[in-house]
Amino acid sequence: MTISTSDKPFLTRVKESENDHFMQQSVAKAQDAQWDKRTAAREELGNWEQWRDLGEQIRQHVIKYLPDYLEQFSDNVEKKGGHVFFAQTDEQAVNYIKKIAKEKKAHRIVKSKSMVTTEINLDKALLSLPETSLMETDLAEFILQEDNWDEPTHIVFPTLHKNRDQIQKVFNKLGYSGSNDPEEMAKFARKYLREYFMQADLGITGCNFAIADNGMINLVTNEGNADLTMAIPKTQIVVMGMERIVPSLKEAEVLDNMLSRSAVGQKLTSYCSFSGPQVSGESDGPTDFHVVILDNGRSNALGTDFEPVLQCIRCGACLNVCPIYRHIGGHGYGSIYPGPIGAVLSPVLDGYEKFGDLPFASSLCAACTETCPVRIPLHQLLIKHRKVMMDKLKMDHSFNNVLMKGAGVATSSPILFKIALEGAHMGSAPLSKSKETSVDNLFNYGHIEKAPSLASGWTDVRDLARPPKHSDDFRSWYKKHKKEQQEGASHD
Amino acid sequence: MKVAIFSTCVVDLLFPNVGQAMVEVLERLGCETSLPTNQVCCGQPTYNSGYHKESNKVFYNEIDALLSTDADYIVGPAGSCVAMLRQYPHILKDNPDYSKKAQELADKSYEFSQFVYNILGVVDAGAQLNAVATYHRSCHMTRLLGEKTAPFALLDNVKDLKMVPLPHLENCCGFGGTFSVKEPEISKQMVDEKVDSIISTGAQVLISADASCLMNIGGRFSRRNENIKIMHIAEVLNHNVDASRIRYKNQPTTV
Ligand code: SF4
Repeated sequence: MTISTSDKPFLTRVKESENDHFMQQSVAKAQDAQWDKRTAAREELGNWEQWRDLGEQIRQHVIKYLPDYLEQFSDNVEKKGGHVFFAQTDEQAVNYIKKIAKEKKAHRIVKSKSMVTTEINLDKALLSLPETSLMETDLAEFILQEDNWDEPTHIVFPTLHKNRDQIQKVFNKLGYSGSNDPEEMAKFARKYLREYFMQADLGITGCNFAIADNGMINLVTNEGNADLTMAIPKTQIVVMGMERIVPSLKEAEVLDNMLSRSAVGQKLTSYCSFSGPQVSGESDGPTDFHVVILDNGRSNALGTDFEPVLQCIRCGACLNVCPIYRHIGGHGYGSIYPGPIGAVLSPVLDGYEKFGDLPFASSLCAACTETCPVRIPLHQLLIKHRKVMMDKLKMDHSFNNVLMKGAGVATSSPILFKIALEGAHMGSAPLSKSKETSVDNLFNYGHIEKAPSLASGWTDVRDLARPPKHSDDFRSWYKKHKKEQQEGASHD
Repeated sequence: MKVAIFSTCVVDLLFPNVGQAMVEVLERLGCETSLPTNQVCCGQPTYNSGYHKESNKVFYNEIDALLSTDADYIVGPAGSCVAMLRQYPHILKDNPDYSKKAQELADKSYEFSQFVYNILGVVDAGAQLNAVATYHRSCHMTRLLGEKTAPFALLDNVKDLKMVPLPHLENCCGFGGTFSVKEPEISKQMVDEKVDSIISTGAQVLISADASCLMNIGGRFSRRNENIKIMHIAEVLNHNVDASRIRYKNQPTTV
């Protein structure tokens, strides 16, 4: 399993991101721009909340009947002369694809953007074959490849962490001598890639949706490179996660519409193609067509609290609204699936040992849940992960277990709470400062700059209000207030 | 109308001014209040940290306490804590003893400004505050409780108060309950961006309907030695009130 992008501990990655001001600025800028575009695109569609209901229903329905739809899809692919391979693990998927490449004596491979192939680390495996070249043809993936296989930091915008000067430098190595203008650079890349397309003998793509009732593959891209990847090489391999299926074209149309508005804030991405093996009478398209359907940990979610994660259509909207992603960026998560969806999905696919930190790295602000086009309750699933780790696995997650359990006891006991209220002011005396503060009306009873134990994380960053004397607290005030009211009433 | 005050542990422990302002506003608007003494906490700190077994007892205590009076409504000064009460029926749906009570509690629980605006139908609480202020929208109040209108509508009618919009209103302040103590490195960056946004508005006063967010943002202002005044929305609506100006929805303004 290679969804992991870093061996460093989580905190180290967070600190590295904090110092990467360029990355933070570019993520913030992209988030802000996408916020406006996405909102406008959804508003233009109208009745967005009803669309979400529909999207959720379609995806839930598919996941519920997943084995049936997979069977139907695979029958239809085979009926048209294609081949379907079910891969339980990444290794099985990679071996199958290598086998095809060898059989077909394929040496010039072109790929279009696919997170699943990144997940199984396909590129490197294929490049290990003798005399084989491989070219990523999606502009962003191409840049990552040419930049010494840098890791993607976003599922829709893989190079979000790079600026145009950095990209220009990458291209200079390929003989580019133009400016850092994005258009000019894109033109160069297209020209550079065209040559590879013309000679390609194996095309590999991902899949946005597989259409069960006709065996077609629906790809949504905004560059058109996926179409060329599918049209030119005679051998075609589609790699898809096993959940990426829809009953018919009708549902694909609904989801494509929601996907492109959510992913890039556009009405429809420029190209939307349905392909399958070449049927007699057609002049282009592959003669040899394979679909690799990958489990690789996805079935861990089936029948559990985490099943909704399989509804995901990889639009990336949750990354684009996430305040954590805004600051720690894709590399901070250490998974090729970053952001809220990554924090939920990565532990499902690859366990808590590696990704147990991610579900805790959330303020549970629910911006992800609010934006998800297929209504995955992302922030609730983060809490569910925490529950599995604390309640079931009893993992140590730098919470002080005794203190947290104590908090559970204290907050369920009116008597203990009363004692806490009575003693809080005195108890906090040794910690309190009488120093002036720049803030009015928050520290009416003093403040604390350095607290011990659990609260030290708080005072590392900000001052803490000191509790009032018991006689000044809300409950005491209320008692007096009521008494005065009653006395007032008896005087009337 | 009888209202039980859901004081929240944060207000009980730290901010009597908030609880007091809320009670005074509600009573001025004709509510008869009571304060159920056995209430402690809504259970978010343990529940959201994954300690679900420990949390159940917290829920049971809170439900029994808040339902112990004959109040028509339960009103609290924190969108986040009220949103938690509203989640009880979902969390306890299979609990034979508490599922029904949880529903009853959720049905009559409201956040303070939501209650004033939507249930009491008040548009102008009669308050006056001569200041330039901005409003921090808490994530849980907005997204989990779904209340996006009430605080803005009420603040709009506070006399002499100039409200300036806060850029990036949608972004979390980095509080997130135990998140703020468990992940201080990330939380700091979030609250710093929030503080910067607030400073950029030029506001003298920061208002919110969640005491916890205010405690987080205000605490960071203090650490950075930046000036600001912190006010809970109940304190604003309780400021310099002229009761003759109180106005309800659908009530014609006197010219
Ligand atoms: S979880 Fe929802 S918002 Fe996030 S990528 Fe998947 S579909 Fe999009």
